[in-house]
Formats: sequence, structure tokens, C-alpha cells
Amino acid sequence: MKILVPVKRVVDYNVKVRVKSDGSGVDIANVKMSMNPFDEIAIEEAVRLKEAGVATEIVAVSCGVTQSQETLRTALAIGADRAILVDTAVELQPLAVAKILKALVEREQPQLVILGKQAIDDDANQTGQMLAALTSLPQATFASKVTVDGERVTVMREVDGGAETLSLSFPAVVTTDLRLNEPRYVTLPNIMKAKKKPLETLTPEALGVDVTPRLKTLKVAEPPQRHAGVLVPDVATLVDKLKNEAKVLS
Amino acid sequence: MTILLIAEHDNHELKGATFPTLTAARQISQAGGGDVHVLIAGHDARAVADAAAQLPGVTKVLLADAPQLGEGLAENVEATVLTIASAYGHIVLPATAYGKNVAPRIAARLDVAQLSDITAVVDANTFERPIYAGAAIATVQSADPVKVVTVRGTAFDPSPASGAQATVETIDAAADVGAVRFVGRELTKLDRPELTSATIVVSGGRGLGSGENYQRVLEPLADRLGAALGASRAAVDAGFAPNDSQVGQTGKIVAPQLYVAVGISGAIQHLAGMKDSKVIVAINKDPEAPIFSVADYGLSADLFEAVPALVASLG
Repeated sequence: MKILVPVKRVVDYNVKVRVKSDGSGVDIANVKMSMNPFDEIAIEEAVRLKEAGVATEIVAVSCGVTQSQETLRTALAIGADRAILVDTAVELQPLAVAKILKALVEREQPQLVILGKQAIDDDANQTGQMLAALTSLPQATFASKVTVDGERVTVMREVDGGAETLSLSFPAVVTTDLRLNEPRYVTLPNIMKAKKKPLETLTPEALGVDVTPRLKTLKVAEPPQRHAGVLVPDVATLVDKLKNEAKVLS
Repeated sequence: MTILLIAEHDNHELKGATFPTLTAARQISQAGGGDVHVLIAGHDARAVADAAAQLPGVTKVLLADAPQLGEGLAENVEATVLTIASAYGHIVLPATAYGKNVAPRIAARLDVAQLSDITAVVDANTFERPIYAGAAIATVQSADPVKVVTVRGTAFDPSPASGAQATVETIDAAADVGAVRFVGRELTKLDRPELTSATIVVSGGRGLGSGENYQRVLEPLADRLGAALGASRAAVDAGFAPNDSQVGQTGKIVAPQLYVAVGISGAIQHLAGMKDSKVIVAINKDPEAPIFSVADYGLSADLFEAVPALVASLG
């Protein structure tokens, strides 16, 4: 089976982003960019399915600026077979990405699309669900375990209060939660090999997709700062402060 | 245009997340968004619809009752919502696992953008939402004819039942989409308050060292305080605590009156889930831990001595 894995280039999760002083956005010039952590888990899961003999080909896709090629090379180094970059400088919102992915699903006909559950920049948690709805495919979001058996895929998903299990017919859309797996480290020989793997470049226009943003960001601000706290010397002082100063304990 | 609130419930009662979502819907209503209707999509869920009819500011409850809606599968809920969506200007859901699963499907099928996890209503088209794990707050405006919105529960006060009496109208459920089958559910047994609605939360991190210590050290404190138990991602990944107790960007977002962080260093990911708590207490033996930069009261001490001493001094 063929698996399609969309990956996103985002500000590295270790970077503490700063809001621009004019309120137009966050300052991402010259900060380290990486693959969205949930997408690494998605690629890892696809590679494990290939190693288990379930998948035959893994296609990694990224939508965005030309530098997203680096993210795709990382996906190829983890074990994807080939990559597609949908190159655009337009700000892509989840609905636009879902429409691009729909066009690619129609072209590539994968049996499984595995996405991260959310990107750590916009924190939207929408693209996988939107893709499933647009393609009329069943979805299993927030997956913590994926088992392929014959004609169906069984997914355990993390929900509030515990876990639930769904069984989906193919083709299907799955989004990964953190505990699905631990992505492998990329080795130098694999990075070298990844440079030789095919990377095709398309544009949203070539796919016939309108990517005009629907949401307008009016302003980006710092969150309210917490005031500086105090260090207390001992437990007795802590209890006294909580009772008499903060008044959160009686 | 009217506002449609899609309620979260378990076919017996409304889930806690529905109440702050209603508060957000009423704020949109006051900003010119129109009446608030509530949809109960479920199976044998009449009692839930009757309960929803008593909520303040709700003018009508729609009940779609069918076996294929019993487990809240996104495909079937979406299909049913689409049969009535054209009458609404806003479709509002809680930003829980349920709401996050369903809302983007509805938005995509209506060909509109979705606003995730809003923390404030500016006007009927404009909302605030956190981005970059809460490191920035974006004010976002939608020009779409329908606004599909999910609401961060901790950012709005819950609306209590008011004894109002809206009409309950039955609507047809869309046919079963098939393709996906519900297999089963394992819920973590809780004898404590639910994490996202608790007024006090006691959370443990890697500093506890083991699952046994997590229980032995934190449970007496949580019992004494009537608190919910939370955990950092490190503690969950190490198997000290169940998955659904994780507080953070990728887990639950909490904002209790009192948050006690025990043996938690305070990574950005964790802070995103708890920094709106009213009072934060940190107990950590590393005085340089980042958690102290957000804590109102910090105690730099060995948690294995400090937490039992804290329980003892609370009496």
C-alpha cells in the first residue's frame, strides 16, 4: 500500500518565539526551523509500516516556502521514498493545505494518509480532519496505536478520560498523537542517501487549488505576563502564604 | 444569524466543557450573533436535551437521536450538522477531543476556515486565540459567511443551569456514513475531580522518579486538597501517570485556582497548559528550574520531604 505523509516546516520547538513590536506577528527571521514534531511521528509510523511489510511506498509532502525542501529531505532520511513540494509564498491556512492534499490524494491514490495531529506554530489541529471531510474518507484522529489487518486499520485514539478504538476501511486518514511512537534519529549515511531520492516540485495553481487566506490576523500580542513570585524558605511559610495572602486554602 | 452550539455529552448528561462553550456563544450573541440553539446529537439522549433546554440564553434545543450518533463518531455528527448548517452564522464547539475531532470537518464541508481554541470574543467575527504554545495571542478575523469556532473551556466561566425552558425539537439524523466502526472505549477510572474543571490541581513530573512515588507522594496531598491529579509529559512518557492526566500544549489546558507543580521543571510545553492558573506553587529541588519563573510561591526543597510535610501541616 502507498502511504502519503504531509509534513510541515515550523519554528523548532525549543525556540522561545518573540512577538514583533509592531504586533504584526512573531519574529521568525533567523530562528531555527525543524519538522513539526507530530509529523516526525507520522513519518516514523509510515516507515515502521513499511518495515513490517504493510506499506510499499511512502510519499512525503510539504506545502509552503521553497525552504520546506529541507523538511522533505529530513522525511526522506527517516525513510520516505520520494517527496513532493507544493511551493508557494502565500500564507497557507489549514483549509488551503487540506485542499492541496485532496488534489494530491486524488493524484497519488494512497491507501493511508498519516498526518500530525497539530502543528506547533498555529496550534490549529484541523488539517487532517478537513482532508478527511473533503475526500469523504474516514478519520481516526489523535492516534496512539495503529494496527493494519487485511482490509481495515484499527486505531486506538486518545480522548478525554481515556482511549477509544475505531476500525476504518481503506483508504483512511489518521492523525498522530505524541505517544504513537518515538521517531528515530536520522543517521549521516541516510542523510546522504536522501539527497539522491526524487523530490518533485508543484504549485497550488498547477493543482488547481485556490489558497487565498480566509482568516485575517489583525494583531499578535504578548500574553499577559505573570508577576514575579517569591521563594519561600519552608513548608510552614508556604501554607501560611496560601491561606492568608493568596487565600486559596482555608 | 443564529448560533449553533454543538453540545458534548455522554448520552446521559452534558459534559463540563459544554458550559463555558455556552458562555462564549452567549458573548457572540451579545455581540450581534443572534439566538443560541443547542444541538444534541446522540442516542437515547432525550434527558440531555431536556437538561440543555434549562441552560440560560438557549432559545431552542435540537435533538438528533439515532444509533449511529451514539458514540459521537465525527463522520456521522458532521453529516447530521450539515443538514441544518445553512440556517446558522456561527457553529460553536468545545475545544476538547470531541470538538477538535468534529469541527474542522464541518468547516471544510462548508468551505470556511475554522477558528481553533478561542480564548476571547472581540466581536461576532473577531476572536483571540493563542499560537506558538501560548507564547503569543493572535487576534483573528473571519470574513467567511459561517464562523466555525472551538472554545477553550478554561478561558470562559461556565454557565450554570438557570431553570429556563427552551423548546426541544427533534430533527432527523443523517444516515450512517459507514467506513468507520466503533470498537470500544477504555476510560480511566477517576475518584477525583475532573482535571479541566477542578479548582485545585496537583501535578507531578519526572522528579517523582516512579509511578509508585507519583501515587504515594501526590495522592495524600490531592486527597487533602480535594484536587485533581495532573502530570507533565515527562511523567506520562515515563509511565508514572495515565495519558489523559497530561497537562500541556499537547494534553489538557487547565486554569484552576491553585496549581501545585511537584518535581516539574517547567518546559514551555507544560507552561502552555497551566500558566493561566490563578496561583501557582512549585516544589522543586533545582532552584534554577524554569517553573519558578511563573510560580507565585516557590519552595526549593526535596519533594519527598516537602510534600509529606505539606500534607501534615494542612492537618
